[in-house]
Amino acid sequence: MSLYATTSHTVGPYYHIGLTWLNREALANAATLGERVAISGQVVDGNGDVVNDAMLEVWQANAAGKYDHPEDDQDKALDPNFEGFGRVPVDAEGRFRFTTVKPGSVPGLAGTTQAPHLVVLVFARGLVKHLLTRIYFDGEALNADDPLLARVPKERRSTLIAKPDADGVHQWNVVLQGTDKETVFFDY
Amino acid sequence: MSDKPGYRRPQAGTQPDYLHPAYQSTNLRSPSQPLVFLPHSLSEITGPTIGAERINEKDNDLTAQHDGEPQGERIIVHGRVLDENGLPVPGILVEIWQANAAGRYNHARDLHDAPLDPNFTGTGRTVTDAEGWYQFQTIKPGAYPWGNHHNAWRPAHIHFSLFGPSVLTRLVTQMYFPGDPLLEYDPIYNCVPDTSAKQRLIATFDLEKTIPSYALGYRWDIVLRGRDATPMEK
Ligand SMILES: [Fe+2]
Repeated sequence: MSLYATTSHTVGPYYHIGLTWLNREALANAATLGERVAISGQVVDGNGDVVNDAMLEVWQANAAGKYDHPEDDQDKALDPNFEGFGRVPVDAEGRFRFTTVKPGSVPGLAGTTQAPHLVVLVFARGLVKHLLTRIYFDGEALNADDPLLARVPKERRSTLIAKPDADGVHQWNVVLQGTDKETVFFDY
Repeated sequence: MSDKPGYRRPQAGTQPDYLHPAYQSTNLRSPSQPLVFLPHSLSEITGPTIGAERINEKDNDLTAQHDGEPQGERIIVHGRVLDENGLPVPGILVEIWQANAAGRYNHARDLHDAPLDPNFTGTGRTVTDAEGWYQFQTIKPGAYPWGNHHNAWRPAHIHFSLFGPSVLTRLVTQMYFPGDPLLEYDPIYNCVPDTSAKQRLIATFDLEKTIPSYALGYRWDIVLRGRDATPMEK
């Protein structure tokens, strides 16, 4: 039997009613292993106006580079204090902030190694299907050989890389539309 | 480690493009640069597994979340979650939200001049059973106006959110009701060209699920992306 996936529709402006119960500002707890990172930024549209009704979902490996999921059969330890998922809201200015641990590297396809990264899904009114992007970390040596970054035009790669500010908070913005600063989104 | 199969890419015409000018909010929120092709790696064939441990028994009954009964027509909405290979998808989270019978959301940003119902929040969640079945009891939502164009009204709908087994099966969509005259005018319902894909968003009346003297039954099946038979990289 062969079926076709149900058509995606926007979350609309009122998704909070159904979805905010899974909101999290901290993906890790006090006992989670790994280096803490705070990530913050802003969601803006094609006019540069803030998007105050977006929502992010974050998925990542633990500090050892292991996903808490049955498809990950790597010989690495799960962390009972880390699930790797968070739903992250934006505020009235379109800003978001969450804390987590920096993920370890995970295997890519065909024997490659992926640099540490977070998978991010973006939902909002006006997004008929969610966007998929990634957050990588500035200064990470493995970025140079990351198989997905290699597919991204060089001049656009910086939109996927979070950079620490003076307080050590990693800054990463979501620019939904724009000719030069638009965030790279993936055809998933 | 040898590569594991990824997920099937969408059938043409069944998934919307980001830019859909008839739905005005897409104009400034859709990417203008080319999307970058994503081969399906371990990062995407995994995903959050949020299951029954977070669901309370009454979470799938939107008519029983307050002291009194909500206004409106009581309905049962049920169906099966399958993947594109026809296999049931068990144990996954299904979240819903909706307007009340008057077409008003219990939300600070909904300014529609229709009454709120103190006995209706409009939030539900459940987990599919071993055969992929889900069920909610709720009330039929009303149509509501929106500012997209002159005299724009959304057909009655229930918002659905599903995780499925991986990041790639994540799905947010809307379920509609049969015979709704507003469907043909709705730019969201009409965001894909494929007529049968659109029709699959409409529930069917289900007399067998209808509870005598109590509630009408509707059936709506949901299909999540299915795995490719073999690993593939473009
Ligand atoms: Fe709605």
